[in-house]
Amino acid sequence: MNSALPFIAAAALLALALGFLARRGKDMNLEQWTVGGRGFGAIFVFVLLAGEIYTTFTFLGGSGYAYGKGAPAFYILAYGTLAFVLSYFMLPPIWRYAKENRLYSQSDFFVRKYDSPALGVVVALVDIAALIPYLVLQFKGLGIIVEIAGYGAITQALAIWIGAVIVAAYVMVSGVHGSAWTSVAKDSLILVIVLFLGIYLPTHYYGGLGAMFAAIEQAKPGFTVLPPRGESLWWFSSTVLLTALGFYMWPHTFGSIYTARSATVIRKNAFLLPLYQLILLFVFFVGFAAVLQVPGLTGANIDLALFKLSVKTFDPWFVGVIGATGVLTALVPGSMILMTAATLIANNLYRAVNPSADDRQVSRLAKFLVPVVALVAVFFTLKGGETIVALLLMGYSFVTQLFPSLVLSLTDRNIATREGAAAGIIAGVATVAAVSLSGANFHTLAWLPPQVQDLNIGIVALAVNVIVLLAVSLAMRLAAAPAHAAAE
Amino acid sequence: MRRIRWLAVVPFLALIVGPFFANRATPLVFGLPFLLAWIVAWILLTSAIMAVIYATDPANREGEP
Repeated sequence: MNSALPFIAAAALLALALGFLARRGKDMNLEQWTVGGRGFGAIFVFVLLAGEIYTTFTFLGGSGYAYGKGAPAFYILAYGTLAFVLSYFMLPPIWRYAKENRLYSQSDFFVRKYDSPALGVVVALVDIAALIPYLVLQFKGLGIIVEIAGYGAITQALAIWIGAVIVAAYVMVSGVHGSAWTSVAKDSLILVIVLFLGIYLPTHYYGGLGAMFAAIEQAKPGFTVLPPRGESLWWFSSTVLLTALGFYMWPHTFGSIYTARSATVIRKNAFLLPLYQLILLFVFFVGFAAVLQVPGLTGANIDLALFKLSVKTFDPWFVGVIGATGVLTALVPGSMILMTAATLIANNLYRAVNPSADDRQVSRLAKFLVPVVALVAVFFTLKGGETIVALLLMGYSFVTQLFPSLVLSLTDRNIATREGAAAGIIAGVATVAAVSLSGANFHTLAWLPPQVQDLNIGIVALAVNVIVLLAVSLAMRLAAAPAHAAAE
Repeated sequence: MRRIRWLAVVPFLALIVGPFFANRATPLVFGLPFLLAWIVAWILLTSAIMAVIYATDPANREGEP
């Protein structure tokens, strides 16, 4: 027993307690469980959307990226900001349509807009293929955090099992209400901890931010600017644009829109969330502070920068507090992913083959599937090798493929047909998979100009997607036109 | 009033095209490398722009969904 463990245990118990309490006074039907009865105000919607910003990926990965690569990490700040700008215009029509048609999932949106349960199945499969690796990532992060912050007293595997049981339990009981309540605790804690670390560490080790960046520039010239090749300006701009488009395509983020009480709640968040995102800046400061203090981490180990520096700097009890925060950054997004995946399987896969199933059956199945999905994720976390890493890298590109047909469906006269939408999504996803698994990028094409070589390869998949979507839609309309004329 | 919505294009220009002109380490601004300071400044300005759009948008008047 060491003095860090009680704090980590307290965080886990707090999540469990809040998760259970969130149920009080609610009849947990599908509408309450998965979209909070569409009654959340600005604060709950804010923490749900902010919950997506501060996952273990940003806590460990954000500081690790700044530590390992420097300036390219800044893209994380830029793309979120642009996604929030888009959200002001894109999300209110989605929210309104979802409310009018009593939709539960992202897949439902496609089913209704394109009048095609089959398209819903395609979307649900793409979603699940992206969500499971994302859940695995949260579990992996949880294991790492508990092992380091607990000074090795708890193994990664044990931490992952405990985390999975807690999160599955409160998701089954309280659904999205549990996620919202635990989010409030998580975001309060992370705000305090990250601001403190981001200000204290540069001051303690360097005497201030300016001195820190000057020291880094001296030791590693060019570390705080984008390099001329590789993760260059061209890489930066294309990646910021692509990830900004994909941000709200994550099915659990998309689903949190449905919980809003009004469209105004969503629009208000469009100017609040960019400010909140600045906390990532302080995560970067921690990573930069670690550059000269805990040098030598390479490869996947760059993600340990924050905790290595914390262990070097603070007493064990405070490392425990940081670890407790880290545990919540894994559990909260994990709960949303888990609930979304279970809802998709029950509501969009099971219901597609059993159209007569009513909401009560779907609701019961979704809750039953929560521990099943959690088990699958634990299995991949403990046993998964390279495949899961590859899937993870593809996840963001997968969900981005939903963007063209979604945006077109918001226009008054949608030029895409259901066949076009499905063909475009499948072609885009296939391109992502082929490119990622073969490890291809523009650099293998030596005849291209260097600027083009640095572009994010995801642009190709999106282009293939749009071309196929338009071509198939046009072909279907031309084929339907004579028949239509004859019918009249 | 709807024309004010076009302000939303500015953050895209600033954060996608802007870095081509701001990719430098010095001068440090409030202790931040210039590129990082540029991005942070535009996050603050983006929030301000979206607040202006929010405030002038008739859809946000009380009583409307």
